[in-house]
Amino acid sequence: MTRQRFSALSLFLRGLSRHRSWQIQWRKPTPKPAYDAVIVGGGGHGLGAAYYLAAEHGMTNIAVLEKSWIGGGNTGRNTTIIRSNYLFDESAALYDHSVKLWEDLAQVLNYNVMFSPRGVMMLAHTVHDMQSAQRHIHANRCNGVDNEWLTPEQAKEFCPALNIGSNIRYPVLGAALQRRGGTARHDAVAWGYARAADALGVDIIENCEVTGMIRDPSGAIAGLETSRGEIRTRKVGVSAAGNTSVVMRLAGVDLPLESYPLQALVSEPIKPVFPCVVMSNTVHAYISQSDKGELVIGAGTDAYTSYTQRGALHINNHTLDAICELFPMFRRMRMLRNWGGIVDVTPDRSPIIAKTPVPGLYVNCGWGTGGFKATPGSAHVFAWTIARDEPHPINAAFNIERFREGRLIGEAAAAAVAH
Amino acid sequence: MSAFRTQTGGRIDRTRKVHFTFDGKTYEGLQGDTLASALLANGVHLLGRSFKYHRPRGILAAGSEEPNALVAVRRDEARYTPNLRATQVEIYDGLQAQSQNRWPSLRWDVGRINDLLSRFFPAGFYYKTFMWPKSAWKSLYEPVIRRAAGIGKSPTLPDPDRYAQRYAHCEVLIVGAGPAGIAAALQAAKTDARVIFCDEQSEMGGSLLSESAVSIDGLSAADWVAQSLVALARNPRVTLLPRTTAFGYFPHNLIGLNERVTEHLAQLPEHCARERLWQVRAGTVLLATGAIERPLVFAGNDRPGVMLAAAARTYLNRYGVRTGSRAVLVTANDAAYQAALDLGAAGVSIAAIVDVRKNPGGELHAAAHRAGIEIFAAGTVLGTRGSLRISGVQIGQVDGSGAVHFKRSIACDLLLMSGGHTPSVHLFSQSRGTLSWNEALESFLPGTPAENQRSIGACRGVYALSAVLEDGAAAIAPQRFTVTATVTSPSGWLGALPRPVDSHGAKAFVDWQHDVTVKDIQLATREGFHSIEHIKRFTTTGMATDQGKTSNLNALAIASDRLQKPIPEIGLTTFRMPFTPTTFGSFAGLSRGDLFDPVRRTPVHPWAAQRGAVFEDVSLWKRARYFPVGDEDMHAAVNRECVAVRSGCGIFDASTLGKIEIVGPDAATFLNRLYVNNWSTLAVGRSRYGILLRDDGFIYDDGVIARTATDRFHVTTTTGGAARVLGMMEDYRQTEWTDLKVWLTSTTEQWSVIAVQGPNSRRVLEGLVTGVDLSAAAMPHMSVARGAIGGVPVLLFRVSFTGELGFEVNVPSTHGQAVWEQIFAAGQAHGITPYGTEAMHVLRAEKGYIIVGQDTDGTVTPDDAGLSWAIGKAKPDFVGKRSLQRPSMQAPERKQLVGLINVGSNVPLNEGAQVVETRAQAVPMTMIGHVTSSYYSAVLGKPIALALIAGGRARMGQRLYIPMPGGELEVQVTAPVFYDLEGARIHA
Repeated sequence: MTRQRFSALSLFLRGLSRHRSWQIQWRKPTPKPAYDAVIVGGGGHGLGAAYYLAAEHGMTNIAVLEKSWIGGGNTGRNTTIIRSNYLFDESAALYDHSVKLWEDLAQVLNYNVMFSPRGVMMLAHTVHDMQSAQRHIHANRCNGVDNEWLTPEQAKEFCPALNIGSNIRYPVLGAALQRRGGTARHDAVAWGYARAADALGVDIIENCEVTGMIRDPSGAIAGLETSRGEIRTRKVGVSAAGNTSVVMRLAGVDLPLESYPLQALVSEPIKPVFPCVVMSNTVHAYISQSDKGELVIGAGTDAYTSYTQRGALHINNHTLDAICELFPMFRRMRMLRNWGGIVDVTPDRSPIIAKTPVPGLYVNCGWGTGGFKATPGSAHVFAWTIARDEPHPINAAFNIERFREGRLIGEAAAAAVAH
Repeated sequence: MSAFRTQTGGRIDRTRKVHFTFDGKTYEGLQGDTLASALLANGVHLLGRSFKYHRPRGILAAGSEEPNALVAVRRDEARYTPNLRATQVEIYDGLQAQSQNRWPSLRWDVGRINDLLSRFFPAGFYYKTFMWPKSAWKSLYEPVIRRAAGIGKSPTLPDPDRYAQRYAHCEVLIVGAGPAGIAAALQAAKTDARVIFCDEQSEMGGSLLSESAVSIDGLSAADWVAQSLVALARNPRVTLLPRTTAFGYFPHNLIGLNERVTEHLAQLPEHCARERLWQVRAGTVLLATGAIERPLVFAGNDRPGVMLAAAARTYLNRYGVRTGSRAVLVTANDAAYQAALDLGAAGVSIAAIVDVRKNPGGELHAAAHRAGIEIFAAGTVLGTRGSLRISGVQIGQVDGSGAVHFKRSIACDLLLMSGGHTPSVHLFSQSRGTLSWNEALESFLPGTPAENQRSIGACRGVYALSAVLEDGAAAIAPQRFTVTATVTSPSGWLGALPRPVDSHGAKAFVDWQHDVTVKDIQLATREGFHSIEHIKRFTTTGMATDQGKTSNLNALAIASDRLQKPIPEIGLTTFRMPFTPTTFGSFAGLSRGDLFDPVRRTPVHPWAAQRGAVFEDVSLWKRARYFPVGDEDMHAAVNRECVAVRSGCGIFDASTLGKIEIVGPDAATFLNRLYVNNWSTLAVGRSRYGILLRDDGFIYDDGVIARTATDRFHVTTTTGGAARVLGMMEDYRQTEWTDLKVWLTSTTEQWSVIAVQGPNSRRVLEGLVTGVDLSAAAMPHMSVARGAIGGVPVLLFRVSFTGELGFEVNVPSTHGQAVWEQIFAAGQAHGITPYGTEAMHVLRAEKGYIIVGQDTDGTVTPDDAGLSWAIGKAKPDFVGKRSLQRPSMQAPERKQLVGLINVGSNVPLNEGAQVVETRAQAVPMTMIGHVTSSYYSAVLGKPIALALIAGGRARMGQRLYIPMPGGELEVQVTAPVFYDLEGARIHA
């Protein structure tokens, strides 16, 4: 189906007729009895995979099943940070692939996802932090990923609200800055992929929960049982974030995943005061300012596994401790809203984008606290993996076998922190 | 006194005048006023500008639900708070309030142009444009959007105020001090329960504070409230917390309360926290959070002077303020008539009552008739007039066929509205109770609770005063009340009021603050945003600082109408904490500066500080990094300290190392299962270097472990690892190996550890230590003995992290500094030199000893680090053993610890620098490893480095390259030992 183009001109012209002629952004189709492939999970990763399957692999007779509303999981709950300055070659390649896709995403999808490369600054507070930052910077440079060291004064120049004084418990000793990093509008990513995929014929089916997996006598995937009836298909890509382990169990596949609540919060909106993204792993805080003016702040995961989408109060308090230390002028700002999501975490804190022991069943999961930034890149290589039944070179290392073989991609372990 | 203040009545103190400024102009109010009531008393209705269209806005409500009247309050340069609701700000002498989001002034705001162009800025317009040219998003569009967005301004200086935190337990926590809450509190106070009773307002009493015409048990509402509060205040088990918002409901009845302690005071008391965060664990929670009056949605419903009916009544009866001279009421229920009657009695001319119901009736309706007020049934509002204040309203009527006709224009300066009430189920929903839709009340009401909790009164749809009181009491024990009050039926209206079919153009607001109109919600549904969560995110309805308290249900109803689906099928957005915006500082509390994290200092710290040591943070500890003499920089000091240790004797404070005492008949078995080494073979009086893995097979921690008795081990850990190693041990002990008889005790702070290292160390200690033969034969390397120094018992280790002859003297912490000083004094003859962590790092690197966390990174196995000799080969199992057997854990190309020496340069390598095999590689390069440790070795007169290199041990002598921004460096691979290769010195 043809899509109305979004542009300043179309907005103006349709404005003249009071916006009555805008089309639906994605249809509300009834599930067909069969598809060539089905993606389970209507978040950015799943919708993106459907889009790339249709756009790059010619698979248009496909569907995305979402148990609730699209973009309602971690896609709509994260702090929207985008960066690619990861340490290991495999990670740097994957996340930088993603950043490159982010850079053109609004134009490719004809949907303003508001990718804003405002710079991501990671603070160092100890000698150990500095060593770790230097190692990242060196490795990133050799991998062609931008990342540079800033002195405390340079860091303050880049982010004037930052306290670099010695009056805090862990003074800022410097920072690693990735200028190509930044933020994007999370909801728009889901909607943009959905609209573009729908235009290529993909059925996006909301309020449709997968309740079972149908296997043929050989054990291969033959279809899905859902709350809206049975759907036959030979290829299923699961991209269900915190609930991936639950969905995969329907196929009898146990994955090395643990699901934890992760929370974030925003302040009341204020005029522009915070020009970049600042992260500190040592005191544990992430902060940026949204286009709407809210300070967007990420907290840590709870200590215990859970599927409940809310975090513990003391975790929230601990993050605001850190924010108030680093930015003492924000101490009088007020929290407007706090929320939680469920993150699925692997033993090495790196994702799984892979084939599974069940023929025709593919999985994209284990993004932990860092999945949003990878959305386009992950979706892109996941689509490749599903379409060709073999991994793209970029995600080849992010397989399931690595845990059995010990071929881990210990990104968080290397930084000795969450990421 | 202003024209809008009544002569009598209200709860303000007419004898105490208060002066304050708004946008620089001085006004007079009365003690007890809010900023909103004081400005209204002065006839000021224009308080702010809306978020998107910069429309003039006034005061809609009288409480925390206010969406419009946001102001900044500036107490002094550093005490500036944006986005406060004027309805919640208590005035004090000298208060300075400012309007927001306008330029150059509130009356003349350039941003108003957005309103004129609003046709081109519908909901979500920004998703459809600003994409060309690509680079303009960051350079042009986004900066412009950002400047337009936001409401208030950030504070610019560090907040000088302090914030306190408190934990409390109680049997009964009651949230909301209206009639239901007070009735419940009175009953609870009769039991032996501890009761905490909080309310967000400055004064407890809730809706009763605005009542003029009811009596309870023969008392006026005001007297009943006063008498009840006195009784509660006298009860020592009852804690009354006014100005305290229950902002969050957490699992297991943990409730977060935010108490505002000083914000209402003209003079800030010294040493008093501004706010206090209470974390209350309650046996039972009673939610008496009331209900919020719902606005009506019609064109032009946002002009200053359009106000909720109950708010106008509150301003009149509680604050003695007439909110206009000539009023029109538009309502969908009986109760709002009381506002018209009260205002009429106070001298406000009531021009008309527009009742959207076809057949209004009831006592109050009759009273309005008697008062001669014109009433339009089946009425609606077609539009309003006025620029900075409403000046008139166009009334319509709905005929029998449902068509809407214009009826009349009426001049007015006040338009009251009431669309019924929305129960405040925020906290109930936060606690994960399920809400159920009540069709009769057209409300979501609390259904099945998830906690030990009960909703009482209006927040569960009980509205009649006598029923509210009895509902409140019954939560504890039933009680009858004698109440005189007018009975009204709780009807309402959801969604947009009836309007003519061709009524496009005019804006009917659903969410005032975010400028979301009926048309925006319709556009969202047209474009396929059908879930209420999608509608919210696309239009931003309910996302403003009031979180949709007045707007959510209307938005839902409009969507329901458009999608032809009943409201409960569309669902609600999630209620989240905080109930109202809550200060960051209160969550942080005392965690600032040195209280952010505990600062741990060793017993020797004062000595080192006096000596001029430079300290570094290592986990929570302050460790002496080096001891500069004169104007030495770090490198000069470290060089001197290293040479002193190698040539004479150094003294080092190792007290921060973690220490765990492991005791019990199964102590050795326990250690066998945890550490890679074999502990059964360790003799009493001997020690061994131990390695601890995680279950993934990677090095987690290391340290020397001594056996001080058959059933007793003294384990040392890294400084940063002490707590997590003990945690891991307890985890295994308590959950996996419950069969083992073993006890663990952290002794880190019980022992002060003084390392005496260097060829002269034995000579220094010989004269001091009693009861131990220090000779090499009697006390060889890795032995341990008990003795004394100056009468103080010591546990003496012969151990070395420098490669020199060395001892570590463990003394009880209280004697740490004294013994240190004795050793230091005795060492003077032998050139004893204090050294810090930096020299320690150099000395150990010269010997190739790893630092866990620096030379390992969570991806390094014992074999990678060259430590496979430590593994007890015959042991059946230890943590991580199975993981080590995975194929790639034994691959020859794994990164292995090696030494690197520079070729053709005398500058130490950068730690973290990457290593490649061949010159001049293109990006992305093939990196084979990285430099983990790098120092200048003064003893060797050259730089040395440790590195993890793929297949490193097979590369001895190989030349490798380090690409740096300024060019490539060349290095040669060596063994990771640079000094005293045969290890003779340590055994001296």
